[in-house]
Amino acid sequence: MQRQFDWGRFLLIAIPFLWLLIFFLLPFAIVVKISLSDTANALPPYVPTLNLSEGWSGITSFFSQLDLESFAWLLDDKIYFLSYLNSLKIAFISTLLTLLIGYPMAYGLAKAPQRWRTVLLMLVILPFWTSFLIRVYAWIGILKPEGLLNMGLMSIGLIDQPLAIINTPTAVYIGIVYSYLPFLVLPLYATLEKLDQTLIEAALDLGCSPIQAFWKVTFPLSLPGVVAGCFLVFIPAMGEFVIPDLLGGSDTIMIGKTLWSEFFGNRDWPVASAVAVVLLLSLVVPIVIFQRIQERQREAEA
Amino acid sequence: MADAPEQRKVFAPWLDTTQKPLIRFENVTKRFGDYTALDNLTLDIYEREFFALLGPSGCGKTTMLRLLAGFETPTSGRILIGGEDISHVPPNKRPVNMMFQSYALFPHMTVEKNIGFGLKQEGQSAEAINERVKEMLALVQLEPFAQRKPHQLSGGQRQRVALARSLAKRPTLLLLDEPLGALDKKLREKTQFELMTLQEKLGMTFMIVTHDQEEAMTMASRIAVMDKGVVMQLDTPSDIYEAPNSRYVADFIGNVNFIECTVISHNGQEYQLKDKQGNQFRLISEVQLETGSTIWLAVRPEKVIVSKEQPQGDVNAVQGIVWDIAYSGDTSTYHVRLPDGTTLKSEMANLRRVRNRPITWEDTVWLSWSLTAAVPLKR
Amino acid sequence: MNVSRFSWFNLTSLIIAFSFLYLPILLLILFSFNASKLVTVWGGFSTKWYVSLFQNEMFMTAAWVTLKVAVVSATLATILGTMAAIVLTRVGRFRGRLLFSGMVYSPLVMPEVITGLALLLLFVAIGLDRGYWTITLAHTTLTMCFVTVVVSSRLVSFDKSLEEAALDLGCTKLSAFFQVTFPIILPAIIAGWLLAFTLSLDDLVIASFTSGPGSTTLPMKIYSQVRLGLNPEINALSTLLILLVSVGVIIASLVSKRAEEQNV
Repeated sequence: MQRQFDWGRFLLIAIPFLWLLIFFLLPFAIVVKISLSDTANALPPYVPTLNLSEGWSGITSFFSQLDLESFAWLLDDKIYFLSYLNSLKIAFISTLLTLLIGYPMAYGLAKAPQRWRTVLLMLVILPFWTSFLIRVYAWIGILKPEGLLNMGLMSIGLIDQPLAIINTPTAVYIGIVYSYLPFLVLPLYATLEKLDQTLIEAALDLGCSPIQAFWKVTFPLSLPGVVAGCFLVFIPAMGEFVIPDLLGGSDTIMIGKTLWSEFFGNRDWPVASAVAVVLLLSLVVPIVIFQRIQERQREAEA
Repeated sequence: MADAPEQRKVFAPWLDTTQKPLIRFENVTKRFGDYTALDNLTLDIYEREFFALLGPSGCGKTTMLRLLAGFETPTSGRILIGGEDISHVPPNKRPVNMMFQSYALFPHMTVEKNIGFGLKQEGQSAEAINERVKEMLALVQLEPFAQRKPHQLSGGQRQRVALARSLAKRPTLLLLDEPLGALDKKLREKTQFELMTLQEKLGMTFMIVTHDQEEAMTMASRIAVMDKGVVMQLDTPSDIYEAPNSRYVADFIGNVNFIECTVISHNGQEYQLKDKQGNQFRLISEVQLETGSTIWLAVRPEKVIVSKEQPQGDVNAVQGIVWDIAYSGDTSTYHVRLPDGTTLKSEMANLRRVRNRPITWEDTVWLSWSLTAAVPLKR
Repeated sequence: MNVSRFSWFNLTSLIIAFSFLYLPILLLILFSFNASKLVTVWGGFSTKWYVSLFQNEMFMTAAWVTLKVAVVSATLATILGTMAAIVLTRVGRFRGRLLFSGMVYSPLVMPEVITGLALLLLFVAIGLDRGYWTITLAHTTLTMCFVTVVVSSRLVSFDKSLEEAALDLGCTKLSAFFQVTFPIILPAIIAGWLLAFTLSLDDLVIASFTSGPGSTTLPMKIYSQVRLGLNPEINALSTLLILLVSVGVIIASLVSKRAEEQNV
């Protein structure tokens, strides 16, 4: 009776655990392995493949054939380095732009009258549920030379030549800010909404102007939300594929796009895997920082 | 039940050596990691007792309750109910029910379903459940609310549903975790008496956890005052108040003045004491005190009389200056500063409407108490 | 509350932000009713693109595949994700807990190109034929993490003494879960399912990696059409999808809001 093995508990943990091990962790091990392989004109298009029927010699010859050639290739051709750098730049700038639009929005939401808030919040979340692809697609019609934005601006006489926006980094910025705005606004709103209003009243009482009170009380206290929101924009933006592909044109290179064309265009699986490993490594630091912050936040709330 | 009041007067099974305890804690220790919540606790609780666990938060009282309910298992030691070791029996197999601090009413069920929940788990027939639920609803006077959901009830009504639910299974022992904590003061006092009446009527054993000393004093047959996982004193409410065994207990229950003294001499039960300033006190006490030892005299403020003239007769008296007066309607507490800088409190009933207080701030006054008023404490 | 009044600045920033969020979508919807084939020139009201959309067999097949994948993967993800949420919030310590929580939260921020590539390589390595099932497995893995987040946040705010009360009144752990915990967290589980469903419906990148011949999903179809240029049929399709999801989400949130109010 005393210490029986708890089968229920075991299965409860084991089933999702195994699933994640097989479909999440194992695939990454395979990515790493293939990034060390060579490309080949075969099915699957890489060598070596592990041949267990040859026993130990099969395993040793398998490992002896792994090399860093694909990674060397990444260093050789500067397109990889450029696309990595460009991703970093685009992700960074669009995160800042998202914050610039998102902060006043979250602030406005937090201060909106209670009876509107549910509806407004719903309106922030709704685009998140509707297709990402469709929302990016919608911008093509707006931004292209004969698109709605240029037509509008020309008809009111602001410009007489259509602006070239589509297929430039500007279009990518617009696309990322547009797509990821809710990711930044929601955590930020949650932080601002929880903020004790009497703190601001206290600051005003002690002689701050409303603007000073904002910068000295509200803003510092909202920083956890700002940081969480920024990471939620920056991390996926780094690896973004759809937006640069549809809005950025062939001149805007980003690492996600490079990986895609390496895989689908060149069918070079080892190099695509190597690109994935590099992208993953570059994201490990921000992801770990983000998890830490989230963990601390959870602990603070508990 | 004509003899009920008399029976209540003599209800003291803990004094009767032939009585078997209903609950027995045997050297129970509970640790959470490095933290010791209960430290080698041994304790008996008898049938039909209204037993109160009193102490500040973190003293281990809730852990004791959760051990009895089965949500925790002891790190070492045994817990017996009716002579049977239940230390490792899961909560759903124990003859114990609990009323939760948060009430823990199932929000998706009606009042009726909540009360019948435990009976349904026992596999009782629908009629039997129905009948018992009706009985419980009548007991807590909530018949009109049977079909309501918990969120449609007031705090006091929810408290009564929680009580009815925990009583429905006729548990051997009912555990109440801060049952009145969420109610306002008036309602709390009313409910205290309802609970006491109910407990007596049902003849059940109740164990209550509370941090409110008045609540424990009013309701309990015995109180265990706890601190840091240890029971400091286990006694009836009046003994705890009038004969505390330590400064911790004296200070935790009610208001108290402490005077550190040395025992000079004694003549039978009458002792001569001296404080650090050289003031001499006399004390009549049944407690054996060693000459030369240091003790603390504990005097309750209501036993200290404040007066302008030097008191006459066989009393202890000291002189001081009125430093502060705390008026609380029925009584006033005088804070009197003695020449050595310490303060003694005296609580006087405001028997008359006194606009012009005879004693006021900065007055030089006498404080006095009888030879039996103080309790000597060795720790 | 006087000092923290809703100001003109707040109102303006909300108006700007919401116009930014909604104008593109509204324009898209408007132009799906455009009679002209030129997507950006208004040529009068028409529903002909809707008619031709429903006659386009390619789209209809893809829609059917997508729907099947979304329903099955969302259901699997809800079961697995709910289990993971219970593990994270109720089970306490066990060996590998850190790894477990890391694996649960990582897919949320993992770039889709990496997840897609990694899963494809797994399917190739174990010799699984790519098609409907591989997409379903991939989507299950991705979306279960979102379900876990939604359900575990509900479990965290859940009063644990309710479960203890059920045990105290005679329930076993399993029956306490189904009689008390499950009904109360059901709105969160439904919300998790809906989220998983729409994420699956929406996904282009992972589906592109893990699909095989004959299992083209709707986003893949849309993507290949969009690359060829603007297409009024896509506008019509997008409008339908947006309306469908919006109505679903609004209903779901109203239902869960009512449930929550009753369960306070």
